Amino acid sequence: MRLKYPQNRLSILLLLQRLLGSILFMLLSTPLFAYTIYVSSEKDNQITVIDGKSLKVVDEVSVGERPRGIALSKDNKTLYICTSDADRIEVLDLQTMKITHTLPSGPDPELLVIGPQGKYLYAANEDDNMVTMVDIEKRAKVTEIQVGVEPEGMGISPDGKWLVNTSETTNMAHFINLQNMKVEDNVLVDQRPRVAEFSSDGKQVWVSSEIGGTVSVIDTESRKVLKKIAFKIPGIHKDLIQPVGIKIATDGKQAFVALGPAARVAVIDTTSYEVEKYLLVGQRVWNLAFSPGEKFVFTTNGASNDVSVIDVERLKVKKSIRVGRLPWGITVGE
Amino acid sequence: MRNPFSNKINIQCSLLSVVWAVLLLGMSLGSLHADTLDIPIGLITEEEGRHIPLSLLQPVIEDIGEAGALQGIHDNNTTGRFTGQSFTLTVEKVNPEEPATQAFRKLHGQGIRLFLLNLPAKKLLKVADQPEAKTSLLFNIGATDDYLRQNECRANLLHTMPSRAMLADALAQYLAWKRWTKWFLVVGRHPQDKAYAKALKRAAKRFGHKIVEQKQWDFEPGARRTDSGHNREQQVVNEYSQVGDYDILIVADESDEFGEFLIYRTYRPRPVGGTHGLSPVAWSGVHEQWGATQFQRRFNEQHARWMTDRDFSAWLAVRSIGEAATRTASGQVDRLHPYIIGPAFNLAAFKGRPVSFRDWSNQLRQPLLITSARLTISVSPQKGFLHQFTTLDTLGYDRPESDCVN
Repeated sequence: MRLKYPQNRLSILLLLQRLLGSILFMLLSTPLFAYTIYVSSEKDNQITVIDGKSLKVVDEVSVGERPRGIALSKDNKTLYICTSDADRIEVLDLQTMKITHTLPSGPDPELLVIGPQGKYLYAANEDDNMVTMVDIEKRAKVTEIQVGVEPEGMGISPDGKWLVNTSETTNMAHFINLQNMKVEDNVLVDQRPRVAEFSSDGKQVWVSSEIGGTVSVIDTESRKVLKKIAFKIPGIHKDLIQPVGIKIATDGKQAFVALGPAARVAVIDTTSYEVEKYLLVGQRVWNLAFSPGEKFVFTTNGASNDVSVIDVERLKVKKSIRVGRLPWGITVGE
Repeated sequence: MRNPFSNKINIQCSLLSVVWAVLLLGMSLGSLHADTLDIPIGLITEEEGRHIPLSLLQPVIEDIGEAGALQGIHDNNTTGRFTGQSFTLTVEKVNPEEPATQAFRKLHGQGIRLFLLNLPAKKLLKVADQPEAKTSLLFNIGATDDYLRQNECRANLLHTMPSRAMLADALAQYLAWKRWTKWFLVVGRHPQDKAYAKALKRAAKRFGHKIVEQKQWDFEPGARRTDSGHNREQQVVNEYSQVGDYDILIVADESDEFGEFLIYRTYRPRPVGGTHGLSPVAWSGVHEQWGATQFQRRFNEQHARWMTDRDFSAWLAVRSIGEAATRTASGQVDRLHPYIIGPAFNLAAFKGRPVSFRDWSNQLRQPLLITSARLTISVSPQKGFLHQFTTLDTLGYDRPESDCVN
């Protein structure tokens, strides 16, 4: 094969390329920029991996049937995936991008959370009214707690004391004391509660009601509903405003709520509980995740098969990224 | 995927659910609430005799409605465990010759004020007009007759079963989306078939369809099972359906006597819809969107069959009672009734949006499924059919069209 360039010029080019490569590598490994977004696609049975800097899809990994809730290990090296129709939790090694083993989860796991110490994970079993506690290292079920019909949302308080589970048909937020694994209180919320999310100071837990169309702000201490946030979007019937995913900023000033078929994310002032803005995103927006440093919010849009990127400072939708069919769960790792 | 048809028989299953309900009741009494409020619900159901479906694959169902009500009782009791309410179901069966009023008075005498009625329209109205019914709340879970929602409304009678007009509108909207606008209407020999056809004609007019051909099906049904059945059906349907061109054959055969025979046997290569083929229904075993999969599985495991629209209507009625009881912390009709028909009421029903009651006809508004024998084909209302208040009210008689003044 003939070379196009003289030898010395080629070596200069090679050197330049290497230099550029290492600069790029340095940039990518800077903690501020380097992060990865993981998205589960319910229909395509895959995890889509998006590079946080370029916002481009860099990998797709096939997993078990109907992956929904996903969560990262504390060291960001492992992704736990609820594969609902395979009735188990699959463990994805993020170095090799291979499923290494599975964890017992009880039937039809839908959402999971990892305890603050990273030792246990808790999964909601939609099919048998249970929350299952699993020892991650021993790969064994520790216990099951009976909750309401169709358990779904799982929120864990920052101090690790409370696990709040929602049950879709019972319409309650169950407060499970993680010290004794007992349901200590049940707070009635509106129809079909989906997601439970604690504020970073642990004082409040926000619960979205998909069919009720509201978000209940519950005081952790008294377990009283402090406020029910309702939504109003001109031109969209209230039946189609269906809150699901919730993210509350660490500084506690703003919260983001995904509104399902309304194709909007509501930005809420957490002091006044007023909606500041509705951001137009993809169709059937479901779950949300912050980037590290909370500069961006990422959304999974189930019906338009993409992820919207919200710029938190400017409150604008910056980009949408095409992913697998029916994107559902989303998490971000550094 | 588990096999939903285990070889358990129905009686065992209903016994099981009763045991289950009792266990749950025990739990609620024992653990969480010292004072439990008992909320008894009665179900009066007319025995229809053994209906043998045309297809061998379809099971003979004997606890239609009751099984759905039991699932509702179970769901209510799971919530009741936390709120100190306990729901029970008492079933009274009446045969077609006897009136239902006696059964009603019997249950009323036992202190029951909340009723599910699986009865033909006439019997339903007789019960609703009893003096004792004034202080009761009744749910129609079986009759689709439009006149119950149009002229003969009763304040104490709510309908969770969709009306024929709603079903016909749901199908007509989908066919409008498909632009299958030329219909060949085939009507059975019974009054209910004619009522279904009437609803179809109204829907055709509303959504821009044309009935280009219409025929009555007068053949005596004869035995359901014969050894050489297909020979005859093949010939008969081929000759019967030699009419001018059309887009879809719409069949009105509520008694399930012949509708199934028309599919794939028509003279022209055209689809079949209506009571058979592409069908509008409140519920079907094929539906699994909006979280319905878990709901269907729970039902299958308990009752070893798929849920029917009447089971679903029974479940809706029991859940409506449960939801109102939770929110009002009461089991009294005078507290539950205003809440259920009031503006605050909404219920999650695995249909993607909340369902509620129309205050002019007491009819539950809900999205309806357009199904084939194996899959959900679509869900109506279809996109583009607009309404001033809620697109759900594009299905069935709307407020300005109703003769009922509540």
